[in-house]
Amino acid sequence: MTEKISTTPLELKPIKPFKIPAVVSSLGIGALSIGLIWALWSVIRAFVGADLPTPQATAVVFWELIKDPFRYGGPNDQGIGRLLWASLTRVSLGWLLGGLVAIPLGMLMGSVPFVQRLMNPIVQVLRPVSPLAWYPIALVTLKVTPNALVFVIFITSLWSTVLNTAFGVASVPKDYKNVARVFSFTPDRYVRQVLIPFALPHILTGLRLSFGVAWMVIVAAEMLSGASGIGFFVWDSYNALSYEKVISAIFIIGITGLLLDKVFEWAQKKVTYTV
Amino acid sequence: MYSDISTSAVLSASHLQRATGLEISGVSKSFGSYTAIEHVNLEIKAGEFVSLIGHSGCGKSTLLSLIAGLESPSTGSLKLDGLEIQKPSPDRAVVFQNYSLLPWLNVYQNVSEALEAARPSLNAIEIKARVEVFLRAVNLWSHREKRPSELSGGMKQRVAIARAFATHPKVLLLDEPFGALDALTRGSLQDKLNEMWTGESGIETVVMVTHDIDEALYLSDRIVVMSNGPKARIQEIINVPFARPRPRAELTRSVEFIALRDKLVHLLTDVLGKH
Repeated sequence: MTEKISTTPLELKPIKPFKIPAVVSSLGIGALSIGLIWALWSVIRAFVGADLPTPQATAVVFWELIKDPFRYGGPNDQGIGRLLWASLTRVSLGWLLGGLVAIPLGMLMGSVPFVQRLMNPIVQVLRPVSPLAWYPIALVTLKVTPNALVFVIFITSLWSTVLNTAFGVASVPKDYKNVARVFSFTPDRYVRQVLIPFALPHILTGLRLSFGVAWMVIVAAEMLSGASGIGFFVWDSYNALSYEKVISAIFIIGITGLLLDKVFEWAQKKVTYTV
Repeated sequence: MYSDISTSAVLSASHLQRATGLEISGVSKSFGSYTAIEHVNLEIKAGEFVSLIGHSGCGKSTLLSLIAGLESPSTGSLKLDGLEIQKPSPDRAVVFQNYSLLPWLNVYQNVSEALEAARPSLNAIEIKARVEVFLRAVNLWSHREKRPSELSGGMKQRVAIARAFATHPKVLLLDEPFGALDALTRGSLQDKLNEMWTGESGIETVVMVTHDIDEALYLSDRIVVMSNGPKARIQEIINVPFARPRPRAELTRSVEFIALRDKLVHLLTDVLGKH
């Protein structure tokens, strides 16, 4: 110790405050968050009584669920991974179809004032409607439950994507338009080199918001339909009086949603440019 | 083969049109109830370098936009080589005040996209060669992979200059091109511009909007002084009779230069001064 001080006078400077390494602090915060949930949960349980399962019991069930996620023991005894996969494919398909309609529509709305004026009232009226309200119509017309669920997600995915795409397309700065005009960009080159690159971050914001809402709606839609998927699992567990499973499903849905959102965040970073 | 034929066809066609330059006759421009410029008559001969100078809001940028074809006149007409200017054309390239580079394209792509659009008869090899020539001319070849956000203001403006020159316009329009740059960068870019213009650029005519008296005197053959807006007109046209090439240091110390500068300062401060 004394040797060190004598060799390097720098060490005589005031000691820097001790810094916790980033990994340790992240883990610490994570543990703290879990502790907080645990504490809140216990407090709530103290009020509502024993109908609410304990965190300990739930943790055991949670582990049982994720231990063998792709287990198949018949249609009513599937691993949580399979159920999650069923929901994810539905959401992805509906969202994809929604995007295929919403992006071109948004582009038209953003660039042609007549289309904007024509479509805007329709979008504004339909947007606040819970997508679940479409479920009976979907069931009647499409006959099959899985298709009806995809349709509900399709409707869910439209609005944010349409509005954000339209906004992005409509807000191309005049400077960029002037560049395209001065150098005689063809409409095709304008769309590829100016419109889409400028609007892409907005379009992705729309797609991200749409996917987020779709992930919420699928749970409710599957609870309603009683078919398969993670939403069905929640309702089925409720009927089987296994509230530990219900709460575990809540966590699984939440974590899945978070991970998917991270994928979008990464994609958005890819297409974002700095001016 | 094909490109050779089309290039020669374009060349012969342009030779048939006499290069009479720009004719601006009786031009007014109003934006709603605001009249920016009124009764502007100006002839700019092919091969001339003309500066437009005046206080902010004197409509000099409006006049430039009219020549570019980005705006159309409320009354009067603008002609280039006898043909009415109706919309932007690759014959008239613009270097914008705020550079107006597309931020999602790199330096090379900013030039090549504009060139491909403006000169669709060029093949890929010719495009590559020409982009390289002009990026080398502005000393940015080694920075060709960079995005505009990674460049300084002077570098961005050099990209914009390379982009405009590469398209081989008849008329080069500069909107306060060096206004945002520091004095040293401004000086060296003025020299670069001069060098490229007097070189084998093929550009016949330059019209530059500026605030800077010395810049106008150093570069122009004539200086058009605009009166204050609204309803700005041409106040006076000053001939700049200095022989080219113009050695900057000698020129700026000469009696003639100082006399012309005094005249312009007098016009802009005493006659047109906004007190």
